[in-house]
Amino acid sequence: MESTKIICPNGHLGFAPLKTASFRIGVEAKPDFIACDSGSNDVGPGPLGSDTSTSPLAWQTHDLEEMLLAARELGVPMVIGSAGDTGTNSRVDLFVSIIQDIAKKHLLPKFKIGYFYSEVDKEYLRAKMQKGTPINGLDERPELTEAQLNATDRIVAMAGVHPFKVLLDQGADVIIGGRSSDSAIFAASVMSRGHSEADAYYLGKVLECASFCAEPYGGKETVLGEVKSGEVLVTAMSPEQQCTVASVAGHAMYERSNPYHEFVAGGMLDMTKCKYEQVNEKTTRISGQEFIPAEEFRVKLEGAGKTGERFIGIAGIRDPYTIENVDKVIDWAKTQVRDKFGDNGYELHYNVYGKNGVMGDLEPIKEHSSHELCIVVQAVAPTAEIAEEICMTGTRQMFYARLENVKGTAGSVSFVLDEVVQTSPAYVWTLNHTIAVEDSLELFPTHMTEGGV
Amino acid sequence: MSANQTTRKLTDLAKTIRSKNAGVDKITFDIIFSDHDNYELVKNSGSLTRETICALYGIEDKRISDFVEFDPAFAIKFTIYRERPSGSAGDPDIFGAQQYAPLLGLDIAIPGN
Repeated sequence: MESTKIICPNGHLGFAPLKTASFRIGVEAKPDFIACDSGSNDVGPGPLGSDTSTSPLAWQTHDLEEMLLAARELGVPMVIGSAGDTGTNSRVDLFVSIIQDIAKKHLLPKFKIGYFYSEVDKEYLRAKMQKGTPINGLDERPELTEAQLNATDRIVAMAGVHPFKVLLDQGADVIIGGRSSDSAIFAASVMSRGHSEADAYYLGKVLECASFCAEPYGGKETVLGEVKSGEVLVTAMSPEQQCTVASVAGHAMYERSNPYHEFVAGGMLDMTKCKYEQVNEKTTRISGQEFIPAEEFRVKLEGAGKTGERFIGIAGIRDPYTIENVDKVIDWAKTQVRDKFGDNGYELHYNVYGKNGVMGDLEPIKEHSSHELCIVVQAVAPTAEIAEEICMTGTRQMFYARLENVKGTAGSVSFVLDEVVQTSPAYVWTLNHTIAVEDSLELFPTHMTEGGV
Repeated sequence: MSANQTTRKLTDLAKTIRSKNAGVDKITFDIIFSDHDNYELVKNSGSLTRETICALYGIEDKRISDFVEFDPAFAIKFTIYRERPSGSAGDPDIFGAQQYAPLLGLDIAIPGN
């Protein structure tokens, strides 16, 4: 079987721009596909819940333009998954329209754009649940309840290789995918050329974060992966980077709890028997990967729900006695909020920098010795008006905290702003679950359109 | 510890010590060594175990979802459940990227001659 080459220029398209120099070197290697992932749930539940991107349009356009021009020049497919950070339908439509605009701008000859959606209607899930289909929790979460579903604003399903393969088989020149497993974007491409699932998913696993599988550390550089007869080769394109046994094996464990197993829709990539060998300075070879098909076809679901409007306030403390008694200062302010708003129906959080602001309860240092503290107050409530008043009370009342032996009686905290500031609304991840489906394409309708002139 | 044992800080033995989200409900920690010797030294020291992690972070064993020694990468990694999902209001570290710091100063027992 002939070898198949694929380049990945960015581990999260749009989050920061790809580096063009190593991308061009990758393009000169004449890959069979140019692919990358554009999503992450690291950005928090806000973008999914509010159906927005966290990546700026200018950076999304920059990378799509570089990739499209190179792919059309080489005449090879360009494959994108998890469009616009979240992979919601509006993000897929956005990326399709960006591709069409770029094509028009450069007067590219006509080409086929395949795309698929992955948003899941709440009522579809409700009907499934009412028929007795369990929506199983991941990571120790309990089975989904109807209350949790009601508290959800938007849900996406995580596609495997299936919708990508359908669109590639239909001759798509560009694919814009909804929410997708990172590895599936690459795996589908090389599977369409007849390579094994094991090699394809391993290739996807190693390429998904672009140059994070290379060393020295440096993101957004292009990496080239190649599959041929039972082995995967991965090569850094940047002159400054190498793919070493350590960097490639090390990447297998990045952002995951278990470095040996990768679960995708339809099965599991088993890396237990992987063998890593340095082929030359820039290239590492991996063999021995296995793919275990799943007995039941389960698809991961991600969901986010709004918990309320949010304001933040900021305060500082310099008096050592007040620093020592910061918990009492916060308790005073919380009590003032409770006296007016009660115990429920809102959230009020204090992050105390200089004490445990970064780690909270996980902070092992309990006796802090900072000479000053910064306190960030967050209030979340059903309306902006209430959130603002709770935040203002929770912030300003620290100024009036009553400490028995304090010398300074003109104000217990300092302010850089005597105001509270509205931020994006607060959301929470309501779904991290899976659902069994009969048809691998059930949640991922595919479509075809065109771009160019 | 016996009389002829000494200790070294984990930061002096490991090449990389990092933490990062593993999905929305967990944070995973990677301790990566540049060579086999330091990896084996720490692996066999008894100083970096589920028990010592629980003591360091003040958590119960059930908060640890995985503890893995990963020979191909000379790495030890463990994963803990978050108390609330990443990015919930009040979450101090939505990427989970700064939770590794206490590991730097962890004492690793070095066997004496």
